Amino acid sequence: MKTIQVATTINGDSAEFVCGHDETLLDALRNRLGLTGAKEGCGTGDCGACSVRLDDRLVCSCLVLAAEAEGARIDTIEGLAQGETLHPLQQSFIDLAALQCGICTPGILVAAKALLDRNPEPTDTEIRYWLAGNLCRCTGYDKIVRAVQDAAAKMRSA
Amino acid sequence: MRYVRPETAEEAADLLGREEGVSRILAGGTDVLVQLKSGLVEPDLIVDIKRIAGMRDITPEDGGFRIGAAVSGAMLGEHAGVKALWPGVVEGFELIGSTQVQGRATMAGNLCNGSPAGDAVPSLVAAAAVARIQGPGGTRDCPVAEIPVGPGRTALGKGEIITSILLPARPARSGDAYLRFIPRTEMDIAVASAAVSLTLGADGRVAAARVALGAVAPTVRLVDAAAECLLGTGLEEDALAALAAACSAACRPIDDKRGTIAFRSQVAGVLARRAAAIAHQRAGRTS
Ligand code: FES
Ligand code: FES
Repeated sequence: MKTIQVATTINGDSAEFVCGHDETLLDALRNRLGLTGAKEGCGTGDCGACSVRLDDRLVCSCLVLAAEAEGARIDTIEGLAQGETLHPLQQSFIDLAALQCGICTPGILVAAKALLDRNPEPTDTEIRYWLAGNLCRCTGYDKIVRAVQDAAAKMRSA
Repeated sequence: MRYVRPETAEEAADLLGREEGVSRILAGGTDVLVQLKSGLVEPDLIVDIKRIAGMRDITPEDGGFRIGAAVSGAMLGEHAGVKALWPGVVEGFELIGSTQVQGRATMAGNLCNGSPAGDAVPSLVAAAAVARIQGPGGTRDCPVAEIPVGPGRTALGKGEIITSILLPARPARSGDAYLRFIPRTEMDIAVASAAVSLTLGADGRVAAARVALGAVAPTVRLVDAAAECLLGTGLEEDALAALAAACSAACRPIDDKRGTIAFRSQVAGVLARRAAAIAHQRAGRTS
């Protein structure tokens, strides 16, 4: 009983992995599945760099046990672009220089996507509150908010 | 450590009851995983209760709602019926953590974590919510107010699990509200907090009230003396002043870098009178 077999769906594809009983979903994604987009900034739910969606809910993958993913649907940053085509959020972040070191960026993109899925026309305040759990020590946040607005506008007119 | 995912509450209670080492119940995991990471606890057994039937359900019951122990803040916040009946409960719970934490965190977990500053708890106490508990020997009901017994300690016995929390029905002309003080605008732990639930009579005066304070004593505290200040009043200035004074007098806070005893006691009173005003306004709206 040292390891557990987990069958799950990641970015639309079925995936199976073996993990330790105390292993987090973040560690399993990064170390067992090679999905290193989600980052560990803190490991305690404070920074949001590890954000993924678990059955559509935005969560910190550092606060989920890998074993809990059994039968669940997980969406990570790796599923955001369509092949070579970047998602509008990704394009807007590049165009508007909404990242510097980039550690926070995958988590912020996953979180922003979750926001726009339920609210295609958020106010700046709604964006700031929604992303309050995603810390960025580089940008000062203004450019992030502008990039999310830019992407939202493009998605609405698409 | 062994991770198990039982199918029934009986099985979960049995596993927890028989475990000789350290065990933890896993629902949202927003406290348990942090404890694991920090090495604060090294459990031998983790019992994931999310696959047990009913744990993620919100079910109407006798005019109120039964909230499964694994219902997240995000799920509760999207439930129009609960929001309309107990807006103060929903707003308290929704103050906890980020969007990501809300995707997982549960009211039962906040309650069982036993922090006197848990933002979900004062409103539940003011609401006279009742926890249903599964133990190795069967089920029992216990008022939420009686669950916390000290910082990090609860009245739950070995093998006992909260499976749901009942938010009771309430008469027309009722309202509740929760306010907390934190030094920033989001994502912080309450320095002091207050929840007020009240019902107005046909004459518009307060016919019933419950007041609970958070972060100002070893446990969340129901303050009967404060509630009495509101009874029969229309929340005039002298009633609100008496309420605030009774709340401040009931505080037994700690003195730390986040707030002094004097500050926490005063702020608890201020928050209670503001929460009472909001609850009063909401009660008027439902008539
Ligand atoms: S690594 Fe998960 S929140 Fe920071
Ligand atoms: S770009 Fe460096 S932390 Fe956000």
